[in-house]
Amino acid sequence: MAGLTRKDEVLSAYAEKLATLDAPKGRSLTQDALRRLIANKAALVSLILFGLIVAVAFIGPYFVPWGFAQVDWTAFRSPPNFETSHYLGTDQNGRDVLARLLQGTQMSLLVALVATLVSVFIGVIYGAIAGYFGGKVDAVMMRIVDVMYALPYILFVIILMVIFGRNPLLLFAAIGLVEWLTMARIVRGQTLALKEKEFVEAARASGAKPFTIIIRHIVPNLSGPVVIYATLTIPEIIITESFLSFIGMGIQEPMTSLGTLISNGAPVAEVMPWLLVFPAVVLVTMLLCLSYIGDGLRDALDPKDR
Amino acid sequence: MLRYAFRRVLSALPIAFIAVTVCFFILRLAPGGPFDTGRPLPPNVLANVRAYYNLDQPLFTQYLLYIGGVLRGNLGPSMAFYDFNVSQLLAIGLPFTLTLGFSAFVIATFVGVLAGMVSAVYQNKWPDYVLVLAVMIGLVVPNFLMGALLQLWFGVYLRWLPAGGWVTGSITHLVLPVTVLAWPHAARISRLMRGSMIEVLGTNYVRTAKSKGLGSRLVLARHAIKPAMIPVVSYLGPGLSYLLTGSIVVEQIFGLPGIGRYFISAALNRDYGLVLGTTLFYMLLILVLNLIVDLVYAWLDPKVRYS
Repeated sequence: MAGLTRKDEVLSAYAEKLATLDAPKGRSLTQDALRRLIANKAALVSLILFGLIVAVAFIGPYFVPWGFAQVDWTAFRSPPNFETSHYLGTDQNGRDVLARLLQGTQMSLLVALVATLVSVFIGVIYGAIAGYFGGKVDAVMMRIVDVMYALPYILFVIILMVIFGRNPLLLFAAIGLVEWLTMARIVRGQTLALKEKEFVEAARASGAKPFTIIIRHIVPNLSGPVVIYATLTIPEIIITESFLSFIGMGIQEPMTSLGTLISNGAPVAEVMPWLLVFPAVVLVTMLLCLSYIGDGLRDALDPKDR
Repeated sequence: MLRYAFRRVLSALPIAFIAVTVCFFILRLAPGGPFDTGRPLPPNVLANVRAYYNLDQPLFTQYLLYIGGVLRGNLGPSMAFYDFNVSQLLAIGLPFTLTLGFSAFVIATFVGVLAGMVSAVYQNKWPDYVLVLAVMIGLVVPNFLMGALLQLWFGVYLRWLPAGGWVTGSITHLVLPVTVLAWPHAARISRLMRGSMIEVLGTNYVRTAKSKGLGSRLVLARHAIKPAMIPVVSYLGPGLSYLLTGSIVVEQIFGLPGIGRYFISAALNRDYGLVLGTTLFYMLLILVLNLIVDLVYAWLDPKVRYS
């Protein structure tokens, strides 16, 4: 083949390979991120462990012979005992610690899930609107966020709890309602950069309304930072809920949560250590896993930050 | 610099005002009042009590009366502690909260910066691993759990330190609460410091300083610390509000008679005046401290001043 240079040769060889589906395939950003996450051992182990905790918390109760509110009149304050099938012992009221621990973990996870969803929802919408419209709208909206930042948030949660009473659903919402501030700031910053991009301009030129642009074009592009920050919010929410339960403003008897279990176990831990140790171990393990997962996700989705 | 400070003060004032307003109205939306006791008061007594605290006035008038009082430095009476007004209660609680918060802040900042530096200098050697573990514990164990565990270990098993309570002038009563409060703060600072220090140690000017023969201690002291401190200083502001809210928890666990305990009991009792007073006080404290942090930040990083 006369006239063919070396470059043409390489290119036609590549074209041939492409035709026979033998060429190196491109990888999407998500695949890249997933690969990096799996390569991160700490994050992978944490992910598996956390998944295990979630599974046990929700499936476990079906295999435990005792209910979380059921009283065993023959075993009060019993240390872990396999013969009576109180594997983690019983509390002062004769209730099985394992059953209560599983129910408490469930409750803490549910709070975390619902409150995180609430905070993500508010934070993303609020931040995207402020960032997209800019100008005075932005100034006013962000000033409101500043005001809420200035309020010590735990005071705010306590005030909300006092107002709404002690309904667990409202507790979830109240915690979510104060945890969206940082999310709104992050989203606003990203939106400010995104709205200058060509695809937003194209959407605007084709006549899309502002809210359509925000929902269809801006929000999907925010998923990276939102996922990262949401993972970091979950442990904070679990801690807030535990603290509220600890001071007696959270989940009420006979329901329980990890914070309630710890607060009931702490004063009697000298004589009945199993009441404090088991919930504490579960709580700390969960928080540790979430912290590693969050770090892993950040490294995976945002490689320039490493 | 002065103009920058002035601008920051001006922008902080409306925030405080709006926040107090929001709190005032939210509190009044809450069901129940300060005088809903188990045994109801006789109607005429209740009417007199309500009149005494201006609770019979329209809400907006009450609001104006309250703001007027605050502007004149009068935070109003407490409705649960009959013999005290809010300012007196704050004055009683303040020394405890400030001692606790201030010592935790200073110790945590110092320890955190030092730990971060050591971690960065001995990156991936044993001192780094030990410190990273300590940081992880601080970040992951919630303060109420940490408090309970330390109380149990040092207070009950070993009997080295008192498990709670307060004796004026006794430092041993402060050790555990300050540790619980300072640990997570020190952990976050150390994490930031480690990251930025590693970055700074890799820059060209640090290499230049080393290559002209400066000893590594001098390089650290003269060239590395100040730029590495910038992220730490920017964290001190948010960190302070973590510390203050954390002190509510710690006061509750260790039974210290600070402002945080007043706040919790006041919120439960609907003691409007005391809740608003403590909220206002915390808010002003956070605003002032943030302001100081911003000024230090502007001093460290000239770019901030002129934007």
